[in-house]
Formats: sequence, C-alpha cells, structure tokens
Amino acid sequence: MSDVIMPQMGESIVEGTVTKWFKKVGDRIEKDEPLFEISTDKVDTEVPSPAAGTLTEILVPEGTTVQVNAVVARIGEAGAAVAPSALQPKAPPAPAPVAPAPAAPPAPVVEAAEEEAVEGIRSSPLVRRLAKEHNIDLRSVKGTGQGGRISKRDIEAHLAVKEEAPAAAMAPLPPTVAFPPTPGALFGRYTVEKLSVMRQRIGEHMVLTKRVSPHVSTVHQVDATQIARLRERVKAEFERQNGVKLTFLPFFLRAACAALKAFPVVNASLDGTNVIYHQDINVGIAVALDGGLIVPVIKGADEKNFLGLQRAVNDLADRARNKQLKPDEVQGGTFSISNYGSFGSLWATPAINQPQVAILGLGAIHKAPVVIDDAIAIRSLAYVTLSFDHRIIDGATGDRFVSHLRQGIEDWREEIL
Amino acid sequence: MVERSVAECVWRDLGRIEYGAALELQRELVERRKRDEIGDQLLFVEHPHVITLGRNGKREHLLGGEGIAFYETDRGGDITYHGPGQLVGYPIVDLKLWKRDVVKYLRAMEEVLIGALGEFGLEGEREAGMTGVWVRGAKVAAIGVHISRWVTSHGFALNVTTDLRYFQHIVPCGLTRPVTSMERLLGGDPGWERVRDAVARQFGRVFEREMSEVEVLCQT
Repeated sequence: MSDVIMPQMGESIVEGTVTKWFKKVGDRIEKDEPLFEISTDKVDTEVPSPAAGTLTEILVPEGTTVQVNAVVARIGEAGAAVAPSALQPKAPPAPAPVAPAPAAPPAPVVEAAEEEAVEGIRSSPLVRRLAKEHNIDLRSVKGTGQGGRISKRDIEAHLAVKEEAPAAAMAPLPPTVAFPPTPGALFGRYTVEKLSVMRQRIGEHMVLTKRVSPHVSTVHQVDATQIARLRERVKAEFERQNGVKLTFLPFFLRAACAALKAFPVVNASLDGTNVIYHQDINVGIAVALDGGLIVPVIKGADEKNFLGLQRAVNDLADRARNKQLKPDEVQGGTFSISNYGSFGSLWATPAINQPQVAILGLGAIHKAPVVIDDAIAIRSLAYVTLSFDHRIIDGATGDRFVSHLRQGIEDWREEIL
Repeated sequence: MVERSVAECVWRDLGRIEYGAALELQRELVERRKRDEIGDQLLFVEHPHVITLGRNGKREHLLGGEGIAFYETDRGGDITYHGPGQLVGYPIVDLKLWKRDVVKYLRAMEEVLIGALGEFGLEGEREAGMTGVWVRGAKVAAIGVHISRWVTSHGFALNVTTDLRYFQHIVPCGLTRPVTSMERLLGGDPGWERVRDAVARQFGRVFEREMSEVEVLCQT
C-alpha cells in the first residue's frame, strides 16, 4: 500500500488544489502514469503515480485544497481490495482543510538543512538569533568583521537594504479559500443552488478584505438638520433646473472629499510595507443590484462641483443597475461610500473595498429628540461610520477624519442652486 | 541522441498559427523533452483571435465575443484572450535542470518580461498575489503554465499592439483590472521583432541559457 501525497511544487508553496483525478477508485495504474492534476496560482501540474497497482482510495475530492504532503490517495497492490469506505456514499473525508492557518511554517526538513549550512559562517550567537528572528539567511549577509565575521551591524545593514528592496514585499499571500466545503451543513431537508459568479467574486473579495485588513469602525452622530432643511427648500427648483433629483449623497461626498484632502492617509493603499498616498480622490459608491452589488467609481470626485457629483452618482447608479458600466468605471477607487441608510439601516460596520484602507457608511437620516442647551429638540440625525484598516489608520486619526466630515455637514455653507 | 549543453535553449518564431495547432506542437515537444530527445525550447507565436479558459477558469468570465474561437485548456489561470499583435511565448523547459520550483518559474518569467519592457524604457511591475506583469496598474502580460513531470508548457502573452477592445469579452484572469499594451504605453508600435528579440535575450539572461534562434522552414 503506498500513500499518494500532495507534492511540494516550490519552496514557498504550502498548499495545492486538486483540480482533476485522471483515475477512479478501482482503476489500475502504472508507476509514473499521470494520476491527478493540481493547481497552484497560475500553474497546473500533472502528478504522476508514485507506484504501480490499483487506486484503492481517493481522499481529496476535486476542487479541494490541502496542505503540501497531505495524503490525497492510496494505491494498493494490483487487484487489491478497494477500501470499502471509499465506495460507500458518506460525508466527504476531511482532508485537513487549510483555511485557518494559511502561513504554514516551512517543512522542518528544510529548516534543518539550512541550520547546517549556516554552520560554516562565522557569527556570534546573538547574530544568529537576530538572523533567525528576521528570517535572514546568513549566507546572504556580507560580513565586515575579521575574516568575514558577521556582526550585529552587518545584520542591521542587511535589514535596511532588504526593506528598501521592493522584492521583499513581493511574497504573494497564499491563496484564500473563500468557499471551503462544509459537510456539516448537509443535514435534514434542503435544496442546493450554485452561487452566481458575482456572489463568488464578492465572497472572495470579502474573505480577502477581512483577512488582509484588520478592520475597526467608529460611529459618529451627525446633525443633518441644516442640510435636510436646505434640501427641502431647493429640491424642486434643483430638479427643474438640472433635470436630476437632489439627494443627500452629494452633501456627504463633498464633505468626504474635503476630509480626505485633510487626511491623506485615509485616501491611501498599502502595498507591502509601503503606503501609497493617492493623489487622485476617486470615490466608489456601493450600488445594490439584484443578487449582489457593484461599486462604480466617481473619478476625481474632489474636482467636481455639487451638481457634477449628483449627476455622476445618478448616472453611475442607473448604468450599474442596467449593467452598462464599462470595466474602467469600477476600477481605480481610492475610497468608498456605502449608503445603506437608503435601506433603513441606522448604522452598520461596512467592509473595506480592497485595496483601499477605509470606507464611509451612511445611516438613514431620521428625526430624533436631541438635547441642545438643556432643551429637547427634534433634529434630523444620521449615524456615519468609518471602517478603516487599523494597520495604517489609528483610532484617533479615524475619529478626526469623521469629525472633519461631520463639521462639513453641520456647518454647510455652499450654495447648491 | 544528440549531445548538447544543458545551458542551451533553442528559440523560434512560428509566426501566426492557430491556437489548436500550437497546442499540438507543444504536446509533441513536451513528450520529446521528457524523453530528452530535445533540449529546452522557446516558441514564439501570434494567434488569430481566440479566447482560452484555464483549468481553474470560470466560464462565466466569458462575457460575449460571439464568433471568436474558444478553447478549454490545461494551463493554470483563468480566462484570457489571444490575438494579433500579442507576442505569445511557450517555453518548453525541464525544471528538473533548473530549480524544481514552479513559483520561482513564474517569478522568473515575470522577470524576463520586466527586463524586456525595460529595454523599451517601460517599468514593468509585479503585483502581490497576481501573477503577470503590470505597468502603472494595468496588466500588460499574462502568464499561465502547465507542468508535466517538471516539463513546462503554455507560458506568457505580452500585449505588443493587441487591440485591447477584445478583452471586453472576458474578465481577464477573473480580475476586473485594466489591460494595456506596449503600443498604448509607448504611444507607438515598438516593432514585433524587436520585442521578440528582447524577450529571447532576457529569457537567456534570467534562465542562464544560451539562446540560439532556429529558422522555421516549415510548420508542423
């Protein structure tokens, strides 16, 4: 009986997806005959059988991702009895799902080999410990001490160079398993429906964003009374003059653009350990569609006037719903706004749209009693949320950003007719 | 068997050939490479309009494009488009004699293309987690590979003067990111042969191979 394992197709590869079995349980197979196909990133690989005999068990179904070195099948001697368990319909075996631990440590064998290779290099225990902490191969460090001895300073110099080299940030994230099989859900009476492609894309994107960006959210109460009154007063005339309805969104877009200018770190992306400050302010607006959503982008939102923003919002939303957006109209966003208030939500914690670092959520504008100067007044309120990537934006910065935006709304001065 | 140096790689430009014919030729060369009858090869081709879907591809990423040939194929990656003006390279290389590492192979192929773009003053870049070569955020070259017993097939597609409108028929590699071409980036046609020669040269540099061109007298 031989085990067939998920081969390691490269040093940095920790898992692989079985995409196709060329043989079924019970089939005869020759040694080196293609047995299954795996997929890692952009590479499909045929894996030959390690032994001749009969395929007695397939442990990993097609489409499943498992760790390198996991047993994926078993081969018995020619004519061997097929494992009865494999023939009976049962819950798929759990092939050591990978999702929770994507950054699996390298195989211990490799570590041991490197340890030995380092032996010949002259260095102190401190240096070796530093090298280990920073994952540096001492062979790649230039020693400036006597006889090429590597000092602590050499390690620091090496680290500085390494950090500058863009290649250091290039290690790709291991693939995310957005939709792991969940055999535990298959009980009782149920129907099964395939997820639409849009939902799959959204799902993958959401898993990515939750994994890459540690999100936190801050919620501020904004007094929208002044803009609500202004809107009431001018909306009929606005529509008559411009042929578009006046909504609250351009008010918040204006205020958001001003706040983004004041806090460039919110209008940024992270590329490895580099912060990319975007010079353009391109604001994505989440638009709900049947069975999903899309985020068309208002390019150069800070350069548009109030009417221009209102037109852009209406135009993009209409074309999104009619599936007429061009590909470049959903790309290049540097910040996003989700207006879930239009569905009645008071406040929510929206998810960041990668590779952005923040998203503004707008709760419903509603009338509520508010204490002002020890008197109770009825005001139009909105709760606005900023969800942000805590790797680069601190809570204080997030709150200052939202305060800036809030002031923009509460002290609205701009004429809109 | 002919004696040859490991460090040699033969390249040839097959001109414009059908995707299916190139696939057949690759399969034949892969089998011969496995039997060690031939050394490493780099084929350059230009395909007539064709849309191909990798094993991981989702057919739903095909958005239209009636009348364009369509192939489901065994390379890695999702859907892509090939067509006139695109330099397609198919290296048939035995990775056992190189690094036995498919990720390093992908990175090396990107390195080849970045080097070639550099010869034209373009700054090609990688994007973390997204194999391919990008210039200022737009994808200029796609990569998809098949490996059988460490012998490679399929390869890369570099947009030289590709009519980018054809990419509207697909979601390239499942990514909703812009695509671009050297022509668009440079504001003019850099010349197919100059680009091809640059890629061959860079391939030799990155893979440490001595590149020799073979004139194609007749196509299989």
